[in-house]
Amino acid sequence: MKQVQGPMSEAQSKVRSPVSGVRSLSIRLRTPKFGLRTPDSGHRTFLVLIVASGLLSLYPLQRSIEKQLASTQSQREELIFLPSETRLARLSGGYSGLLAAIYWTRAVQYYGRHRLAHAKEFALLGNLLDLTTGLDPHLLIAYRFGSLFLAGKPPEGAGDPKRAIHLLERGIVANPEYWRLWEDLGFIYYWDMKDYAHAARAFQTGSERPGALPWMRVLAASVASQGGEFQTSRLLWTEIARSAGNDSIRHSAEIHLTALDTQEALRKLDGLLAFYKQKEGHDARSLQDLVAAGYLRGIPLDPSGEPFMVAPDGRAALGPKSRIDLGLVQ
Amino acid sequence: MGRIITIALGAFKESVRERVLYNLVIFAFLMIGAAILLGSISVGVEQLILVNLGLGAISVFGLMIAIVIGIGLVSKEIDHRTIYNILSKPVTRAEFILGKYAGLLLTLVVNTAIMTVGFYLALAIQKKGLALHDFSLLIAVYFILLQLAIVVGIAILFSCISTPILSAVFTFCIFVIGNFSNDVRAFGQESGSPFLAKMTAALYYLLPNFGDFNVINQVAHGVMIPRLLITANTCYALLYIAVLLSGAVLIFEEREF
Amino acid sequence: MYAIEINRLTKDYSVGFWKKRPKKALDSLNLQVESGEVFGLLGPNGAGKTTTLKILFRLVFPTSGTAWILGQELNDTSMHQRVGYLPEHPYFYEHLTPEELLDYTGRLFGVGRGTLRTRLAQLLERVGLMEVRNVPLRRFSKGMVQRAGIAQALINDPDVIFLDEPMSGLDPIGRREVRDLILQLREEKKTVFFSTHILSDAEALCDRVAILNRGQLQGCGELRHLLSLGASTTEIILETPPEAVLAELCPLVVSTVRTGDRVRLEIRDEANIEKVMAIVFRGKVKVVSLNPVRMSLEDYFMAKVSPAKGGVASDV
Repeated sequence: MKQVQGPMSEAQSKVRSPVSGVRSLSIRLRTPKFGLRTPDSGHRTFLVLIVASGLLSLYPLQRSIEKQLASTQSQREELIFLPSETRLARLSGGYSGLLAAIYWTRAVQYYGRHRLAHAKEFALLGNLLDLTTGLDPHLLIAYRFGSLFLAGKPPEGAGDPKRAIHLLERGIVANPEYWRLWEDLGFIYYWDMKDYAHAARAFQTGSERPGALPWMRVLAASVASQGGEFQTSRLLWTEIARSAGNDSIRHSAEIHLTALDTQEALRKLDGLLAFYKQKEGHDARSLQDLVAAGYLRGIPLDPSGEPFMVAPDGRAALGPKSRIDLGLVQ
Repeated sequence: MGRIITIALGAFKESVRERVLYNLVIFAFLMIGAAILLGSISVGVEQLILVNLGLGAISVFGLMIAIVIGIGLVSKEIDHRTIYNILSKPVTRAEFILGKYAGLLLTLVVNTAIMTVGFYLALAIQKKGLALHDFSLLIAVYFILLQLAIVVGIAILFSCISTPILSAVFTFCIFVIGNFSNDVRAFGQESGSPFLAKMTAALYYLLPNFGDFNVINQVAHGVMIPRLLITANTCYALLYIAVLLSGAVLIFEEREF
Repeated sequence: MYAIEINRLTKDYSVGFWKKRPKKALDSLNLQVESGEVFGLLGPNGAGKTTTLKILFRLVFPTSGTAWILGQELNDTSMHQRVGYLPEHPYFYEHLTPEELLDYTGRLFGVGRGTLRTRLAQLLERVGLMEVRNVPLRRFSKGMVQRAGIAQALINDPDVIFLDEPMSGLDPIGRREVRDLILQLREEKKTVFFSTHILSDAEALCDRVAILNRGQLQGCGELRHLLSLGASTTEIILETPPEAVLAELCPLVVSTVRTGDRVRLEIRDEANIEKVMAIVFRGKVKVVSLNPVRMSLEDYFMAKVSPAKGGVASDV
């Protein structure tokens, strides 16, 4: 029996059916040909219905969501935030909070560098803070510390209390119920602007916000009547020192308190010197005279441990080695 | 139904084998680094940064996985020709799509869950303990998952139509547009052309509004998320996913191989 | 009830990006396959064999016509649970091992867990993949992938098995094993439908064949009948016959071929065989061999596929 040898081809026959190269289906969005469907077309109608009804229901649902979302965001920000800032916030989408934190860090680093270098000006600080708060209007710490950095005199800060006030006002628009921003506002008006009327008003409004501590009201009252008085200022700084959440703030407050106390001590000494002149008929040449005359028990020391002295102009002054910085309170 | 589960578990196993979950390692390093380093570079915002960073990373990593694997699910099968084998089994095309979707969703849920645990660990380390209200952050995670579920649906829909690369590009574009849909609509309104305004409004309502789900900043500041929003967003996501998957099935059933 | 019934099945494609040129992949194909038989679908490349199988397995949709498997419509899922399929170039998930592949496939078929476990082991043994059952498929050679493919086509113990080029990629040992497997399946009363372009396999295995060319059925029927359709001849080979004898035989034979000492004569008419034999014996010529010459499948195939080449070619 003859054996038949068929064509022994091991060649892989790629049947070049046009559709097996499915890539041809890809880029052009042609309407798919409806193949021969059997009684399954029932479920296809069902699917088409789902698509149609689903797309239609999106509208009312979206409106509802918009309402809900609005309640979680404060809308009045548009009043005071620059379009460029809100645009940046929107561009960063759900990650704006992260960007804000990054910008805040940059602001802090900027401030720290300049402070360490005893810089005379902090040109970019205001912009960085505006960007930060534009990205996250609820970043309270940026308003609080930011305003401190802006208001303080160089090298402690940018020496720009007006800008600090503007920053705080933005913060208040975005966070109207947070009383500490009013506290900060009042402080800047009081200390850097010496505008006691505005300061009192700020403290008063702040005292009415939820959670405000009772001393706010006290402060409002004292500032109104005795703005610039020693006791009022002391009260303010004491409260700041007590509630500072940060060591550097507390330290700053303590230094200010010390300076205040020193200034008060100098004032008292001036009073004693005047009394001495009145009584003895001539100026005291040094504090030793006062001690000798019995007005003082001993040469008083300033909080830095150095003795006070009498300046050539006849007034009490700090000793040459004193470490107190009276510039803080003038 | 059993077939859908089989396909879903198969897709999940494939993701694991494809070493997708290794992204978790990077995430872990990120969290640890943040927890340790943040305090020394900034003032007062350590927790804020950690929360924003953690939730942001969960969102971004999840998105990348969703797009990459989502495309691979159908496009890769077509490219590698493995689809011939599975479609010739007693599996309907709808079951295939649903199964793949479920599998990918499972991968995302597992991935997100692990990241969330890591995130809370970092938070606990930084805050030296966790309070009950810290768990309100989970709402943000849930919303992120809803977003990812929609993105995967989009990815699967496109991969039924197009090549892997184009599908990835389209999906990513829709995600970006969906995040800025508000601006698109505002642009149309400000443009002064009623036609443009109508077009952009239509786009706004038709395209998925991913901005609805962005509450990372709010929860970071402790703002309460209204329960109604949670319900509404869940419904929106479910609805949109139903639309996407139905569309995918309709298209896929017509495709020849 | 036929195991497989195909009725006027037609598939048109539009080829071309802008101008659509229609191409007929299948043209009104009619086929019936009985239960328990081994049926071969033959044809050159591009004939439409794979298209037919793709339609049966719902990868491609027909333009017109119908088909039934086991009496059920093509989109009947429960019917597909009783059917097995090995595609032409099988591509399986590379990250799976053969064991996992069979498990996955079995579950899709709805095979019960216990049955699945035993059958899985049996099949792995049967196709010779037991030792590598835990190796991912990406490390398999083509032949091994083919074996895995055969295994997954059988995991649900199907009643009808479709194999598209089952021998491709296999070495001779593998091909022999597949042949034995198909024969075994026939023993088990399964219906086997396989497409191939290797005619020797078809000849060895099939009960019936169909020949497809350019989407059209060129011929179909039992192998025996098809091959006896051609004119059957008898050949007789003589050793150094004298010229006189050859001259006498001339009118009775259709061809005479000399090769060295030997002369081959072909006798077409059966009646002439006796007369030839008588002349040969009278001339005392040595007979080397006397054989009937059957038409080969190749001949039949070539005739059907390229009619321009003329009738049955018999080339010895």
